[in-house]
Amino acid sequence: MRCTFETQGMNKEETKIEIQNLTMAYGSYVVMRDISAGVKRGSIFVIMGNSGSGKSTLLRHMIGLQRPVQGDVLYDGTRFWAMDEEARRAQLRKYGVLFQSGALWSSMTLAENVALPLIEYTDWSATDREEIVRLKLALVGLNGFEDYYPAEISGGMRKRAGLARAMALDPEILFFDEPSAGLDPITSRNLDQLILELRDSLGTTVVVVTHELASIFNIGDDSIFLDADTKTMRAQGNPNALLKHSTDAKLRAFLTRGEGSTTLPIAS
Amino acid sequence: MTGLASSFNLVVEERASDALLVKLSGDSREQSEPLGIEVVREALDHAKGTKVLSFESAGVIGWDSRFVAFIRNCLELSRTRNVAFHDDGLPEGVRRLLRLAQAVPDRIDARHESVKPQLLQKLGERAIQGWRGTLEMFTFLGENLVALGNLFRGRAQFRWSDAFLVMQECGPQALGIVAMINFLVGLILAFVGATELTRFGASIYVADLVGIATVREMGCIMTGIILCGRTGAAFAAQLGTMKVNEEISALETFGIAPVEFLVLPRMVALILVMPFLCAFADLISMAGGFVVSISMLDVTATEYLTRTIHAIQLKSFLLGIGKGSFFGFLVAYAGCFRGMQSGYSAAAVGEATTKAVVTGITAIIASDGIFAVLCNALHI
Repeated sequence: MRCTFETQGMNKEETKIEIQNLTMAYGSYVVMRDISAGVKRGSIFVIMGNSGSGKSTLLRHMIGLQRPVQGDVLYDGTRFWAMDEEARRAQLRKYGVLFQSGALWSSMTLAENVALPLIEYTDWSATDREEIVRLKLALVGLNGFEDYYPAEISGGMRKRAGLARAMALDPEILFFDEPSAGLDPITSRNLDQLILELRDSLGTTVVVVTHELASIFNIGDDSIFLDADTKTMRAQGNPNALLKHSTDAKLRAFLTRGEGSTTLPIAS
Repeated sequence: MTGLASSFNLVVEERASDALLVKLSGDSREQSEPLGIEVVREALDHAKGTKVLSFESAGVIGWDSRFVAFIRNCLELSRTRNVAFHDDGLPEGVRRLLRLAQAVPDRIDARHESVKPQLLQKLGERAIQGWRGTLEMFTFLGENLVALGNLFRGRAQFRWSDAFLVMQECGPQALGIVAMINFLVGLILAFVGATELTRFGASIYVADLVGIATVREMGCIMTGIILCGRTGAAFAAQLGTMKVNEEISALETFGIAPVEFLVLPRMVALILVMPFLCAFADLISMAGGFVVSISMLDVTATEYLTRTIHAIQLKSFLLGIGKGSFFGFLVAYAGCFRGMQSGYSAAAVGEATTKAVVTGITAIIASDGIFAVLCNALHI
């Protein structure tokens, strides 16, 4: 398969991903109703919301792990869940996903982790593959750690190695599930910088699930806010603009960590 | 620059006496062969006096990671040969990625040393490892005995509800598989006996053969092995996963002894359930022998039953279920020991499970051998 870097000859204002009237449920328990949003090509799109509001569930619907009850996700105008299994799998190869704790395969070294998608989906020579593996690990600052097993490195490094693996096939879209979870502020900020740098140089579209405010304001071009109580999407827009102009009390409380808000769920 | 517009092209030109220009064009994504670092290397070899390596990439339509990796190789090449590397002719994105890849210096000390140990060193390390393993095994045994002692004195941090749950899982729920395997073993024993004994007109002794073999040996061994594969492996996987999730560490921080809280219920459950399972297995196995005898041999049902009752002594039966109980202890011991020993990854849990089954079955067979010798010496 051919991997494509996204900025090359593409219109930046185009909608890359479109979430259409998506309703998500576990069995008969509805998590979120009628979510509709668009993600621009090459932008960083943040899915925010309180714990338990279904952020990660939305992500699972976007990366083909969970089928929506209603609605669909459109990639470049094609309905993802309307495709057959094989087409969906081919589509998924164009995405990279970084899971919450890296989700590295523990029986493989970091180099093997990054190399596996390359072995499965490209016909490049072994030397070429090795070069790519070294490059990807160097991009996330892990040069020299090729032969380490996931159990031998720290949580932050595991996450970066997970990112190197997610980038293995030069994905069009990168998904991040809680990239800052379990990281110290500095490491977390460095990861944010890395995400920005990768987006700027590769033009990759990025979707981030997070509730880290610093991260949201730092990297988010666009965002949606999910509310667990009403089970709906409350707002869409640039996080900084939302903070300035939104009149939604709940959203304001979220974006200001509850300061000056009367709708705190737990009274102190 | 010939060929299709989309195919990737690389030309190295000598610009001045000391400068090389690498002209790149086309789309690297359309090329599955290596991009041509060899060409650049040869050119550098050829033009010895080169001081500057620069690029021209106006004709590049598209690029991917391999393109970046190729440029990075050129950079490394120019460094080793003290050639200045000018990246201003490269696409902006590639330059940024190169900078990002250079941001963290290569950690030479991070690389694993791959010195092959000598034979003697390997032997020594193995021996030390083996000795440590044995020590750990006995330490765990000691901890278990202490925990058992605490249980009898009513001081153990032990919940009977846990033990009952394990009993439910490894007793009644295992009846199906225990019945099937032992029925088949009974059948097989009867077949083996029948072919030989009928030659001497002694086919009635098939009942003795099946009865004694089952009650003394096969019932408890087969049940032990089934439980080892079914329950022992489950114990190892459960405890191993708990270790990975730091659940065992959490118990320890509350001052709760994992051996008393997790291992003891499993051990007690298996020790108590195994005699019943063995008795059940004996019965089913003899039923297997019964089916073969009355359907294929010249033996009536009454004759078979009477012979069986005469052949089996109470002490044989007690020996069988006593051994069963001991095998239950071995299975629980092996499963829990390997589970508690597990490392902190999915692979380690798999390894622990394998080891649990291997240890359990080996222990069962080996101890049964010792029992056989002892019984012979004591005329039981």
